[in-house]
Amino acid sequence: MDYPTLWFVLLGVLLAGYAVLDGFDLGVGLVHPLHKSDHDRRLAINSIGPLWDGNEVWLVTFGGALFAAFPEAYATAFSGFYFAFMAALGGLIFRAVSIEFRGKVDRAWWRLLWDGMFFLSSLVTTLVYGAAVGAAMAGVPLDNRGIMASSTLEQIGPFSLMVAALTVAAFALHGSLYLGLKTTGALRERTRVWAWFAYAAYVVLFFATTAVAVGTIDRATKNFDEHPWGAVIVLLNLLAVLNLPRCLTQRRYGQAFVSSGCSILALVFLFGFALFPELVASSTDPADSLTIYNSASSPKTLRLMALFALIGLPFVLAYTSVVYWTFRGKVQIDKHSY
Amino acid sequence: MPDETVFGMDVVMLSRIQFALTIMFHYLFPPLTIGLGVVLVYLEGRYLWTKEAIYEQAARFWTRLFGLNFAMGVVTGIVMEFQFGTNWAAYSRFVGDVFGSALAAEGIFAFFLESGFLSLLLFGWDRVGPKMHFFATLMVAIGGIFSSVWIVIANSWQQTPTGHVLREHVVGDRVAMRAEIVDFWAMVFNPSTVHRLTHVWLGAFVLGACFVMSISAWYLLKGRHIDFAKRSFTGALLLATVASLCQAVSGHFNAEMVAEHQPAKLAAMEGLYETQAGAPLYLFGWPNQQERRVDWGVAIPGGLSLLVHQDPTAVVQGFDQLGPVYGEPPVWITFQAYHLMVGIGTLMIVATWVAWWFYRRGTLFEQRWLLWFFVGSVVLAMAANEAGWVAAECGRQPWIVYPTIIDGVATGGLRTSDGVSESVHADQVFGSIVFFGVIYTTLGVLWLVLLNGKIQHGPELGESDDDGETVPERRHDIGMADA
Repeated sequence: MDYPTLWFVLLGVLLAGYAVLDGFDLGVGLVHPLHKSDHDRRLAINSIGPLWDGNEVWLVTFGGALFAAFPEAYATAFSGFYFAFMAALGGLIFRAVSIEFRGKVDRAWWRLLWDGMFFLSSLVTTLVYGAAVGAAMAGVPLDNRGIMASSTLEQIGPFSLMVAALTVAAFALHGSLYLGLKTTGALRERTRVWAWFAYAAYVVLFFATTAVAVGTIDRATKNFDEHPWGAVIVLLNLLAVLNLPRCLTQRRYGQAFVSSGCSILALVFLFGFALFPELVASSTDPADSLTIYNSASSPKTLRLMALFALIGLPFVLAYTSVVYWTFRGKVQIDKHSY
Repeated sequence: MPDETVFGMDVVMLSRIQFALTIMFHYLFPPLTIGLGVVLVYLEGRYLWTKEAIYEQAARFWTRLFGLNFAMGVVTGIVMEFQFGTNWAAYSRFVGDVFGSALAAEGIFAFFLESGFLSLLLFGWDRVGPKMHFFATLMVAIGGIFSSVWIVIANSWQQTPTGHVLREHVVGDRVAMRAEIVDFWAMVFNPSTVHRLTHVWLGAFVLGACFVMSISAWYLLKGRHIDFAKRSFTGALLLATVASLCQAVSGHFNAEMVAEHQPAKLAAMEGLYETQAGAPLYLFGWPNQQERRVDWGVAIPGGLSLLVHQDPTAVVQGFDQLGPVYGEPPVWITFQAYHLMVGIGTLMIVATWVAWWFYRRGTLFEQRWLLWFFVGSVVLAMAANEAGWVAAECGRQPWIVYPTIIDGVATGGLRTSDGVSESVHADQVFGSIVFFGVIYTTLGVLWLVLLNGKIQHGPELGESDDDGETVPERRHDIGMADA
């Protein structure tokens, strides 16, 4: 494996880590308006309280790693999707702020305000994340200097909207199942109903998106011809998706949560598998695409960074495990809670 | 596209304003959390050592304030990382190999460490033992310091680039030069890294100490939590005294380094328009760009020459000679920001020594005027931290990556005007300035309101307080949640 390919894989790991981890706390935000009481909403916020910040670091590190490994792709995508990134930043800021500030003033209107902001910011962040993945699959208009020149409206194609909707359904499912794991009683029963609805939407959108991708985007299938083993992941994804109704009926929340996580991981994997070796695909002339080769940093730097990742990642996994282990079990409200 | 303007400002000017706005708002918080982190490690360490409850109560109180400041630092920090790509795409292409690597290292080595252990620090009081909690606090503090290491390396490389080569990079029909690392350690230890990092840390320690002294002094003035406040104040005073004194030494080394590597920045800091022997060192003044001189100035004759060349009659180059080679940074703002920083730093040294003088006489806590000064000191320390960066970044202009001078020609740098995104328009940037302006104003107000609420609520001391009020687990309507 050459260094650009290694970094493509490592970026995929960071993106998948972000999707599966921040996916559930964004999902908790997406189902937030469905709660019946202020107490339930407080429980929901505190169920992700000690975790959401660390989950977001996966995205931040993805950004930094993209900047370092493939500066051309980072520069073109971030400046080309200017509006989308500003919206995402607004979403990330308001999410953090609503979690942090919600419990600080004991007034009903204050809490409702931040509950609303928590939902909206989670929705915006999820939509942008999904739409970005969709746009990357469908390709964007690049000129012959590898620079994106298109208006915001041109960038929102039907396919990116579909992927955005699919992402909302996937995270809502993942988040509902997470809440099911962390809560008890009537609230837990309600999260199961939400999970059913989210699951239905997810399955419909999943097949619709797959059909559109296979039917209209050459990029979606080209790598399967050369590497048929990719189909194994499709199969595993199907198993995970089909396992969910059984888990939901039998109230196996843990297994359901693992299944939705696996399905999200599989989707990110398939996205990377289809995109490879492109990073920012040109919708006009494929020769203008930014690939992992023409947008990479120097081999020496990629090797150096791989060394950083080798040293750093075991520590990252260790801290993450310690934190998740410490805050395991049902969510409890104590004097340090939000 | 480049000739588009909003209110007469082009996309370069607007992007610079946006960056200045977002980085200055962000930088209110990191030095505060780095400084407070040291205080927290000290308090929890002291608690483990002595088992005195007051240290734990103090640690819990300052942790609540730390948590709020940290959250503000995190949310405003994400903006910075995205902005290099959104607004400075051409710059990102040029420096990605070098600057991007430092930023990615910051993510892997610092952000995960900080955010992971932060949750133990904030929410783990009753879930992990005191030793593990101390460890988590230590890790968060170290994470903050790691973070500053990588970002200051990245910025210092922009100021005094070494350890890289410029190579042609081809993308489609575009052939452009870019910087690539050839010697990692030379890049890391470029001529300014160590001096600037020391300066940043000491600035953070002074700010953290002033934050503690400010709140403690206010409690003392209001007659609340007296014992807690006296101990906090004295501990922080010691930190502030040592750090501000060291800062003066560090400042001197930085000035020498700037004189050697960025003479045009030095000329802007001191308003030196004309090359002269026995160049003066201004205490204050008003650079007059039209007349190219400093008006209303009070200066030490020969002071700058002495500082730079250890000889009060030596010649120091001004813009008449430097301008054609380096270009000219905005002099007024660099001069004022630099002098504001130096002025506040000097005032801080004097104030801490005055405080010790009264402490020795046993009357420190009766000097209400001095306590009021320390209530305000946190604002001064913040202003000094900000002003130092304004001087450093404005003084680097018109370059975003500083050039090397070879045979009198500026080589290998990147001009700020060439670093801006190719595809971004002035109205988009203007829109995002308004967007961030509204969000940050709201955030700033909320931050102050909540900070004030936590300060009013005060520490939860287990025993009878000096003002006669017993406050075990006292709840305030504003302090429902303490995270």
